Amino acid sequence: MTERNEYKELTWQGLWKNNPGLVQLLGLCPLLAVTTTLTNALGLGVATLLVLVCSNATVSLIRHLVPKEVRIPIFVLIIAAFVTCVQLIMNAYTFGLYQSLGIFLPLIVTNCAIIGRAEAYASKNPIKQASFDGFMMGLGFMLVLAALGAIREILGQGTLFDGADLLLGDWASVLRIEVFHFDSKFLLAILPPGAFIAMGFLIAAKNAIDAKLEKKQAKQTETKTIERVRVNFDA
Amino acid sequence: MKQAISNNARTLALFAIGCTALVSGVHWLTKDTIKNQEELQLLKTLHQVIDQNRFNNNLTQDCKFITDSQLLGSNEQQTAYIARLDEQATTVAITSVAPDGYNGKIKLLVALNVDGSLSGVRVINHQETPGLGDKIEIRKSDWIEDFVGKTVSEDNESRWAVKKDGGMFDQFTGATITPRAVVKAVKNTSLFFEKNQDTLLTNSGSCRGNNDGA
Repeated sequence: MTERNEYKELTWQGLWKNNPGLVQLLGLCPLLAVTTTLTNALGLGVATLLVLVCSNATVSLIRHLVPKEVRIPIFVLIIAAFVTCVQLIMNAYTFGLYQSLGIFLPLIVTNCAIIGRAEAYASKNPIKQASFDGFMMGLGFMLVLAALGAIREILGQGTLFDGADLLLGDWASVLRIEVFHFDSKFLLAILPPGAFIAMGFLIAAKNAIDAKLEKKQAKQTETKTIERVRVNFDA
Repeated sequence: MKQAISNNARTLALFAIGCTALVSGVHWLTKDTIKNQEELQLLKTLHQVIDQNRFNNNLTQDCKFITDSQLLGSNEQQTAYIARLDEQATTVAITSVAPDGYNGKIKLLVALNVDGSLSGVRVINHQETPGLGDKIEIRKSDWIEDFVGKTVSEDNESRWAVKKDGGMFDQFTGATITPRAVVKAVKNTSLFFEKNQDTLLTNSGSCRGNNDGA
């Protein structure tokens, strides 16, 4: 039962409460640079997710073997190795996407979300929980990437899933949706300033939802106390 | 103290070896696929700029290294792919660089027929502003097709410029520097071809080494 609660907590932490993109604000460089289209965002999201799960699992597996003093270089080594592997695999099997993600794939190494999770969680917890944490954190990061990519693609080009065939193979070009048509693109959404602004709105929306939830909860406890008071009163 | 240092060093070295082994393993497994992909990509681009009926040789194998920092825009080695129909050279595709793009170098593939007319141009790599300068990509706009069939000669040399500079090529709204750079690079590549046509076409040699046993 406690283990189940732990997984629930990890899910909640990764996807919402401690989301690497929206709350920890880690890995902003690739987050803002790559999310010009939904396809690119998903590509980088999947790559980061893969690296995060692999690195968390490995770090947790070797946590008793690694002396404390040299743990950081070892974590970096492991992460770099996995990133290189993912890069090679993408180069081999999703060549077009590899070209459009370009420099940002190797930059996953410097995504602090990954080393952050390795240090803060994986190095102290058993492999099952660590992999799950990596998966949820990666998923949370990917969802933020995808949301940002979708917003920017719709505003900037009026399409969704443009170039999906680069990620999924030729059949996926049917996924492309033309939401509306512009003669010239809305540049601000495509360029980095637009990314910052959209990111700001996403964070604001999350905070607003949190505030609302809190209010609701507060009200609930309030009504509960009143009820209890009334019960007491009756008694 | 010394013990601790050597222990840590040993652990670190072991992990370094392990990680390197993993990466080399994956590299070894994906090496051939990557090479195929790159060649396929190159071939796809070559097929776009050279008419299918004008060659029957293996384009990626029949190539030659060339360097011309002036006309090809870079000190780096460029490649010329020679298309032959029954051993007779018909078209040459030359990689070249437009060094003065808005955001750095623009890498091009320029295909020229033996009579000096352009068979096609493609942008291989660039960092121009999305939405403005990236209309040089065939994916975004067919502007680059304007070059097809044009020839650089002495009497039209001054017309090889964007319309804003009195030339015959459109510029883009909000981006003049990018098309200006591409037009100049295509023109220079044509001039290079004119100058070096004989050496380019006559002695055939592969830039890929002797991997086909010939």
